[in-house]
Amino acid sequence: MAEYKGVLICGELIEGRLTGISKELLGIGRKLADDLGEELSILLMGSDLSNAAREAIACGANKVYIAAQPLLDNYHCDACTEVATNLCREIAPSVFLLGQTDMGRDIAPRIAARLKVALAVDCVELRIEPDTKLLIQTRPVYGGNALAEVVSVTHPQMATVRAKSMSPLEPDESRQGESIPVKVEVDIETMKIKLVERIKQPIEGVKLEDADAVVAGGAGIGSAGNFAMLEELAKLLKGAVGASRVPCQEGWVSQSIEIGQTGKIVTPNIYIAIGISGAVQHIAGCLGSKCIVAVNKDPDANIFKVADFGIVADYKEALPAFTEKCKEIIG
Amino acid sequence: MINIIVCVKQILDPEMPPGKFKIDPESNKVIPPEGIPLVVSPFDEQAVEAALRIKEQCGAKITVVTVGESSAVNAVKHSLAMGADEGIVVEHIIEGYDSLLTAYILTKAIEEIVAYDLIICGREAADWGSGQVGSIIAESLGIPVVARTRKIEVMDSRLKVEHIIEDGDESLELPMPAVITVSYEIGQARIPTGWGVISAARKKIPSWSLEDIGVDLSQIGDTSSRIKLLKLFTPTRERGCQIIEGKTAAEAAANLALRLREAKVI
Ligand SMILES: Cc1cc2nc3c(=O)[nH]c(=O)nc-3n(C[C@H](O)[C@H](O)[C@H](O)COP(=O)(O)OP(=O)(O)OC[C@H]3O[C@@H](n4cnc5c(N)ncnc54)[C@H](O)[C@@H]3O)c2cc1C
Ligand SMILES: Nc1ncnc2c1ncn2[C@@H]1O[C@H](COP(=O)(O)O)[C@@H](O)[C@H]1O
Repeated sequence: MAEYKGVLICGELIEGRLTGISKELLGIGRKLADDLGEELSILLMGSDLSNAAREAIACGANKVYIAAQPLLDNYHCDACTEVATNLCREIAPSVFLLGQTDMGRDIAPRIAARLKVALAVDCVELRIEPDTKLLIQTRPVYGGNALAEVVSVTHPQMATVRAKSMSPLEPDESRQGESIPVKVEVDIETMKIKLVERIKQPIEGVKLEDADAVVAGGAGIGSAGNFAMLEELAKLLKGAVGASRVPCQEGWVSQSIEIGQTGKIVTPNIYIAIGISGAVQHIAGCLGSKCIVAVNKDPDANIFKVADFGIVADYKEALPAFTEKCKEIIG
Repeated sequence: MINIIVCVKQILDPEMPPGKFKIDPESNKVIPPEGIPLVVSPFDEQAVEAALRIKEQCGAKITVVTVGESSAVNAVKHSLAMGADEGIVVEHIIEGYDSLLTAYILTKAIEEIVAYDLIICGREAADWGSGQVGSIIAESLGIPVVARTRKIEVMDSRLKVEHIIEDGDESLELPMPAVITVSYEIGQARIPTGWGVISAARKKIPSWSLEDIGVDLSQIGDTSSRIKLLKLFTPTRERGCQIIEGKTAAEAAANLALRLREAKVI
């Protein structure tokens, strides 16, 4: 496999800055590259990439491949697939990592298909096996009931990585790296998929993924209106409100706040699960929290198996008293 | 009228009680729990539902395909009972983590079916959760794909779909033939009617072998030439929950707040 060398990351940007998951990818990528004794590179797509390139180098990259194309500022799945596939063909990395994000979920399988290689999605652990120098990939399967350890035999060894499962490096401005322009030969006009419009749901307050406190409600909350109680507590704790699948499906809350395997991954200091039974697919999204607190009227609910603290109670009686006491404590 | 192909997979019930989930460490395989029937992967049921809604909107012939052991015919029957028109079982036992092979076999089956304008898959199979097969089929057939859609509208030979993105969605247009993958956002899948079940039971469901669709395993290699499963195991995660008591719910709640303060969590 001598011709495949180095670790490549597919970077993602928000307003010209690297996203959290991109820094996490650089963190694990640096470790893997060091274990291989090879270089770490990152691909950036869009315009005005110089700030992000500097950040990437500070976070561990040796090389930054710059696909400068203003049209890529707006994510386009066909175009991004094309650019990333072409770069993989050109530089033949041994390992290619993307985030298990909306973009990663879209483009990673398509790139893997074009390169005819295996892809392990949603990995929570990655390491290089010292003897074979192959990438051992660990990922939750069966909704989180099991972990699977797999190894790809094809190259590049492709994986997507679950948010918050890896640690970024402390940025070091003195690190040196090189920026390399990439030819972008995509013409969005000729692409089959046309963007008609993009509707962003505005976020008020703290972003769920970044919140230090998350107050999450489930089917037990019972209605859209009752979520107001959760909002109040979240505001008090300077956190955000999340939900299990049911409230999203019922339309009580926006689908963008679903937590779990198919939703967002959160790792706050405190995760308060209210009226949530604790299905594996849900707790997949919050197990990394420092402290899990459960409020549920069923003492046998699975959520108590993964919680640190809990009360067995009807939330309608418990929550107002809890919020009141917190107000007193926090002041 | 358009031709729709829906890919459905039969899996262990993903919502079975976690206590029933057991792995055989020797074979690295899940031990199927007794008394819990296999089901159609939930997103695939929603894929059938999406197809049925298109059929109601503008007319369509829906063909359901599955790759699996012979009992996977039940997944096809369930889809027919929901309202799909035809079904095919490609008999081959496949490792859930070999998405390339699964997609390759499905692509060959789809080419054998010949007439297709739209292929609908689930966003991901609820067992191995790879979320790849639909995209690989599209790439193999050289047609566009939109993953994770919440709405599909057919406009002559084009599709208008809503695609889920970070904190919102986007509306996209693409030509057919195309692949779409759907998720729970599409809405609840309908429950088969009694009549649906009866007519599905009467329907002949052809079973194809790999040779029938021109799949030559010696050409593409076995799973272990692409990806190897080293270990399948159950994570340990009991945290030892402290249940906080109180004479009333309100008192327990107040005690909880105090305990959390003590533990410096709030
Ligand atoms: C492939 C797949 C992927 C999935 N992905 C996700 C995902 O990403 N995220 C997700 O959340 N789910 C996901 N699910 C769904 C998941 O399996 C569960 O169905 C879902 O999480 C259940 O939500 P819930 O706990 O809110 O509801 P329920 O399971 O109905 O639990 C409600 C709980 O509320 C309690 N309760 C009721 N009333 C009160 C009250 N007044 N006071 C206190 N407690 C009360 C009940 O005791 C119960 O424990 C997925 C499922 C599949 C098959
Ligand atoms: N064995 C199979 N038979 C038919 N369809 C499948 C099979 N495996 C996967 N699919 C389809 O591909 C989708 C994504 O599967 P996966 O990539 O394995 O997560 C599923 O939701 C199904 O629509």
